[in-house]
Amino acid sequence: MAPVELPVLKPGDFGSDQDVRWCPGCGDYSILAQMKKVMAALAWPREKTVFVSGIGCSSRFPYYMNTYGMHSIHGRAPAFATGIKSCRPDLHVFVITGDGDALSIGGNHFMHVVRRNVNLNIILFNNRIYGLTKGQYSPTSELGKITKSTPMGAIDNPMNPLSLAIGCEATFVARSIDVHIKHLADTLKRAAEHPGVSFVEVYQNCNVFNDGAYKYATDKSVKSDNIIEIEHGKPLIFGKNRDKGIRLNGMQPEVVELGKGITEDDLLFHDELAPEPTLAYLLSRMRYPEFPEPIGVLRCVDAPRYDELLNEQVAQARAEKGEGDLDKLFRSGDTWTVE
Amino acid sequence: MSTEFESETDHSKAVLKIEEATVRFCGDSGDGMQLAGTQLTNTSALAGNDVATFPDFPAEIRAPRGTLAGVSGFQVHFSSTDIYTPGETVDALIAMNPAALKTNIADLKSGGVLIANSDAFDKKSLEQAGYDDNPLDDETLDSYQLFQVPMTDMTRRAVDGLDLSQKEADRCRNFFAMGLAFWLYGRSLEPTRRFIDLKFKKLPAIAEANRRALAAGRNYGETTDAFVSSFSVDKAKLSPGTYRNMTGNQALAWGLMTAAKLSGKELFLGSYPITPASDILHELSRYKNFGVRTFQAEDEIAAICSAIGAAYSGHMALTTSSGPGIALKGEAMGLAVMLELPLLVVNVQRGGPSTGLPTKTEQADLLQVMFGRNGECPLPVISARSPADCFEVAIEAWRVAARFMTPVMILSDGYLANGSEPWRIVNYQDLKPIPITHPEAPTNGKPFLAYERDELLARPWAIPGTPGLMHRVGGLEKADGTGNVSYDPINHQHMTDTRAQKVANVAQVIGDQEVMGDPAGDLLVLSWGGPYGSCRTAVTRLQAEGHKVSHAHLRWLNPFPANLGEILRSFKKVLIPELNMGQLSMLIRNQFLIDTIGLNKVQGKPFQVAEIIDKAESLLP
Repeated sequence: MAPVELPVLKPGDFGSDQDVRWCPGCGDYSILAQMKKVMAALAWPREKTVFVSGIGCSSRFPYYMNTYGMHSIHGRAPAFATGIKSCRPDLHVFVITGDGDALSIGGNHFMHVVRRNVNLNIILFNNRIYGLTKGQYSPTSELGKITKSTPMGAIDNPMNPLSLAIGCEATFVARSIDVHIKHLADTLKRAAEHPGVSFVEVYQNCNVFNDGAYKYATDKSVKSDNIIEIEHGKPLIFGKNRDKGIRLNGMQPEVVELGKGITEDDLLFHDELAPEPTLAYLLSRMRYPEFPEPIGVLRCVDAPRYDELLNEQVAQARAEKGEGDLDKLFRSGDTWTVE
Repeated sequence: MSTEFESETDHSKAVLKIEEATVRFCGDSGDGMQLAGTQLTNTSALAGNDVATFPDFPAEIRAPRGTLAGVSGFQVHFSSTDIYTPGETVDALIAMNPAALKTNIADLKSGGVLIANSDAFDKKSLEQAGYDDNPLDDETLDSYQLFQVPMTDMTRRAVDGLDLSQKEADRCRNFFAMGLAFWLYGRSLEPTRRFIDLKFKKLPAIAEANRRALAAGRNYGETTDAFVSSFSVDKAKLSPGTYRNMTGNQALAWGLMTAAKLSGKELFLGSYPITPASDILHELSRYKNFGVRTFQAEDEIAAICSAIGAAYSGHMALTTSSGPGIALKGEAMGLAVMLELPLLVVNVQRGGPSTGLPTKTEQADLLQVMFGRNGECPLPVISARSPADCFEVAIEAWRVAARFMTPVMILSDGYLANGSEPWRIVNYQDLKPIPITHPEAPTNGKPFLAYERDELLARPWAIPGTPGLMHRVGGLEKADGTGNVSYDPINHQHMTDTRAQKVANVAQVIGDQEVMGDPAGDLLVLSWGGPYGSCRTAVTRLQAEGHKVSHAHLRWLNPFPANLGEILRSFKKVLIPELNMGQLSMLIRNQFLIDTIGLNKVQGKPFQVAEIIDKAESLLP
């Protein structure tokens, strides 16, 4: 038989026949486009990929991908994905979720899927608002946020998704931004390739209910001062002229200006491979406006994966006891015969 | 291993042959009463009796010692004839302390054997049980054959020299009680000795102590003048075959594993611990070499959602719980109905509402599983009637789930789950296979339709990894055929009708309802679930007295068998005994527009045969 020439898939081959129904200008479009590019670059067969989502604007995502997909119920996508991956380790499983879906109604599942290190890719579209229900505040909305359900301002302390994931000892934690398309594509690809749970927070603009939430991180005139692109083994430098950096003062990070006696060697160097999550956690706590917010991979470590361990136990049981024999089982232990 | 043995009883005392006996061990929840009951059950089964059991224990793991709240009991009914219930009144009661005596004495029949651990009837324990005076010393127990046995003292003496603490020595008391009960009913000690060897393999001193306590109990019965005679129960005339004793939860687990194999699937269980369903999780966790994957989820919702994921990925998927957990799974069950994926949901019912009576039995979740979801959301419901029946029910449920691409609810209850009876072992090759096919990519150039229907309205089960069948499923309403999202009003009506008709079509494969007795008459006793045994026994007795009474026991509660209406209309009256306040009655009245008479009870206990007979007699001409 002649060798089969595998078709080369282009990003467009990953689009389904369904009309995309997000609001014009929504940040979700960009994430969808980058995901299709990443899918083409990874060159996995389309039938080997499953997108699972919960409920919310972002959770319509699976309908738009020409792969297998499940639009499930609110907050529970990690549980469906765990079932799929546990039974079918051969599949590449993505969880598409939002700040309300993952952190509010689905907080419990998020926490547990992360600590189990199921080999899934969780992409959280964080727009800091409830979009599909038309504009209530979300668990990531800032204090004082005026929304339909908080006319006098939100009074609950917002949740930091990266800190939460790191607290649950996620083995891959990253952040990117919807309009920072090359960075986003690179980040999604690394997440997809990570063995174990990978968690990516994507800053995503909801231009209808929370427009400009990330202006500080996307506006060309200010973004270089407000975000810091972190890279493994490199010092933390930022600013339009790359003249500012992050230095550790005891346990606290501080912003310093390079020059005037401070060199790159005085800065904090990023180590995404650090076994302890301390540094990643410290980075996740850097928030605008006191600090530039890190984007890139905060943590990438190796740890045992739930789905693999489960299937290894099945294989081990079969190796040790032999394939299960029902007739033998039925007759094991105490039995008696009636003539 | 098949076992044949002779009774070890030395027949120096008289042996009275009896047809059947019901024995109950009761004591503190730490006294090992469940173990004692289980051992008597297995030994009686191995001796060839038909057996049925009823464990009854408190929700607290160790309620304060000696209190009424902490009393745990295990009732065993063994017989030389076919039996269907764990017994009515108790023939012999073994009470380990005053609290156990107080809470159980009402069930001991007049003239019955009462064995009390007299060492435990001290001032403090009597006060804890609410006794002003020691009932062993006054006339309150005169209507019973009372045997005061200093079990604590005798056990301590039996294990003397083994270097055990007093606490460890006292823990052997249940084996003393077992030994005595075994003597009373002419049972061999061998099966329990084997159990001790296995269970305490790593604790030789404890094993020896238990062996000695067991023998001491037997010897006490044999030698003391107090007991003048013992009993013997002949082998039951069960259908020929090899038997083993099974609880409902174990039978269900094995049935599920068998169903998986019959359908060429591997089983995935997503579950969260809950009484009285957890033993299914424990049991299935042991069989990874059968390809069983068990996932103890973070909560009830994740448990069912992981199972739905497993179903989507092509596995046989299962979630197990009890009423409170089923409430939490409601939304996900709705999704499974919408996705039209095969899924088994097991509800081992317990007393409710809310946390209710976690360790006691009830049948009050029928309407919950029928209607407890948002929207028009029908799914098939099947129920088990006895512990061993759980095996067949599991297989039948999966046959329907896989054939119709639907979640199926399996109803068991605490009484079936923990109760046990002999199960006639089946040969795997005698069971009917469960054929399942998955579509391959269409070769005719037509697009794949994920919601195309076959003659029974089932859709295809296309699984990820299959080239050319990439499709998306979800909770939004589906367009007929393609399965794409559709908000079209007429389509929603059509899909709602289709899902309902699909479940109704299950009636085409479940067969007709059978009736025990004449097909027409004065009274039909209609039952479902656990009350099967007491209803059957009651109707058999009434028929023997010449009454025109028949019994129909429902296995499927949704849909009902096609001929049920005709049966119901052939009787002048219909009596429905159920351990709830009239839930099946509500369904029957609604669907068939006939009156029904309920016999309803929610006391955490199964029906007594006499209760059903009394009610039936009041309705007969």
